[in-house]
Amino acid sequence: MIQMEYYLIVSTILMFVGIYGFITRRNLLAMLISVELILNSVDINFVVFNRFLFPEQLEGFFFTLFAIGISAAETAVAIAIIINIYRNMKNIQVKNLKNMKW
Amino acid sequence: MDYSGIFTYMHSEIVLIAVIVIAFLYDLFATGERARKAFHPLMCVLMAAVAVVSLWPWPSEGGEVFGGMFTYEPVHAIVKGILAAGAFIVLLQSDVWLSREDTAHKRGEFYILTLSTLLGMYFMIGAGHFLMFFIGLELASVPMACLVAFDKYRHNSAEAGAKFILSALFASGLMLYGISFFYGTAGTLYFSDLPDRITGSPLQIMAMVFFFSGLGFKISLVPFHLWTADTYQGAPTTVTSYLSVVSKGAAAFVLMTILVKVFPAMAEEWRAMLYVVIVLSITVANLFAIRQHNLKRFFAFSSISQAGYIMLAVISGTAFGMTSLIFYVLIYTAANLAAFGVISTVEQHSGGKVDMADYNGLYRTNPKLAIIMTLALFSLGGIPPFAGFFSKFFIFAAAFSEGFKVLVFIALLNTIVSLYYYLLVVKAMFITPNENPVPAFRSDRSTRISLVLCIAGVILLGLVSSVYDGINAFTFGM
Repeated sequence: MIQMEYYLIVSTILMFVGIYGFITRRNLLAMLISVELILNSVDINFVVFNRFLFPEQLEGFFFTLFAIGISAAETAVAIAIIINIYRNMKNIQVKNLKNMKW
Repeated sequence: MDYSGIFTYMHSEIVLIAVIVIAFLYDLFATGERARKAFHPLMCVLMAAVAVVSLWPWPSEGGEVFGGMFTYEPVHAIVKGILAAGAFIVLLQSDVWLSREDTAHKRGEFYILTLSTLLGMYFMIGAGHFLMFFIGLELASVPMACLVAFDKYRHNSAEAGAKFILSALFASGLMLYGISFFYGTAGTLYFSDLPDRITGSPLQIMAMVFFFSGLGFKISLVPFHLWTADTYQGAPTTVTSYLSVVSKGAAAFVLMTILVKVFPAMAEEWRAMLYVVIVLSITVANLFAIRQHNLKRFFAFSSISQAGYIMLAVISGTAFGMTSLIFYVLIYTAANLAAFGVISTVEQHSGGKVDMADYNGLYRTNPKLAIIMTLALFSLGGIPPFAGFFSKFFIFAAAFSEGFKVLVFIALLNTIVSLYYYLLVVKAMFITPNENPVPAFRSDRSTRISLVLCIAGVILLGLVSSVYDGINAFTFGM
């Protein structure tokens, strides 16, 4: 059986790849994808903890299901806003979101 | 199973859901011209009813529903009532903006989205489990992103919406990562079971830092504040006032309950963390506020520093601190909504003027608005006869009595800085001469009602001591 640590290594890598991507990417959709990586790493964490440490209960699985549903809703809103930005300025590069600074 | 608790402990949530359904159906079926005109008064009356129902401390002792997922304490009723009253005043101020050509057909959406965020905050306040808390938080922030991007054809609104939703997503990702480690180390996520299993191990401290930074985004404390100014400036002014008062108050209250009730074992750690965050929030926000020319940005930084003051109550971690936090949020609501009411009505009647230079000489043309703005700023700055002084006093006293003497001193010094920039606006309105100031105008009736309510709050809430005693009676058991 695969040990718990391996899953946790995967989820930690996902988490920090997401943070790195969120900070360095210059395209709104790529930033959104990076945030999705963070949320997925959280889902892995919950499931792994539940499966390996507390197999007699279901709290972590339920949390994962709700987190997936809610992050889908958030993504839908974020994409709607990005589409609106595209309609306003015909591209979605972060460098164009500079009307308001400081 | 006994479900009767749903109708007693969750009564304010149920009333709010009923109002949302009414707004939805009315928006759908009442399409005649007279019916559309009646929409705004109807929603204001319903919202006032929600505020009264929420504030009424009816189940006089606490309880829980859904196996502990949702809890109720009498103090929740006070906080929910304050938030609902804030939302009611925001609705009163929204009429002129919502009657504009490009937003008139979306009026119903505005009501539904605003009330949904309020419902999310209700659930967040009543949460007894991290899952409930998370759902409430997201219900409060996802519709908020739609509200920020509400002016679809204005570039700034879309930009603010993008910045808000991406920061909010990132923050909730971090927060969930923290919560997942709580689950891994403690094996439960119920607020009532967690304190026994939290030992303050390094992994749990890391989890708490992640959790705190997620919530810090919502309250916009300083290392996590970068979205605030842009979002506040770009969002429609009505939404900005809602964002600065209602959602911030709810998040601050929840942060305090969770830190005090769930993490007492790590008090030393979260106090050290809050210490740094408070000093940074108050100082950095004050320094940045001085150099702002756009009033909405100015109030964004002002609200960040006010959030820092609110955290002074959190760091004390006592029942006294809880009372002063609720009292502070109440008075901050009145003062900030008065200021934003003036900004909003001037913006609507002068074709979008929100710069500080536009307010030069406002006193000569619109003396009443200038005086309301001045009173609100005095209250925010904490000048004695007004309510802001008393709320600041109680907050300082709460932190001081727990031994944070240096921290209170730094906060006091910053009050002087904040007084300087608040008075800059007063100077612009009363002293600076201007060739063509904002012409005289008469605001609509609902805005006038809201401003009178706010000013009554600013003047009376501090002097009528029964308000503070009333709140104190409920926080005692904390």
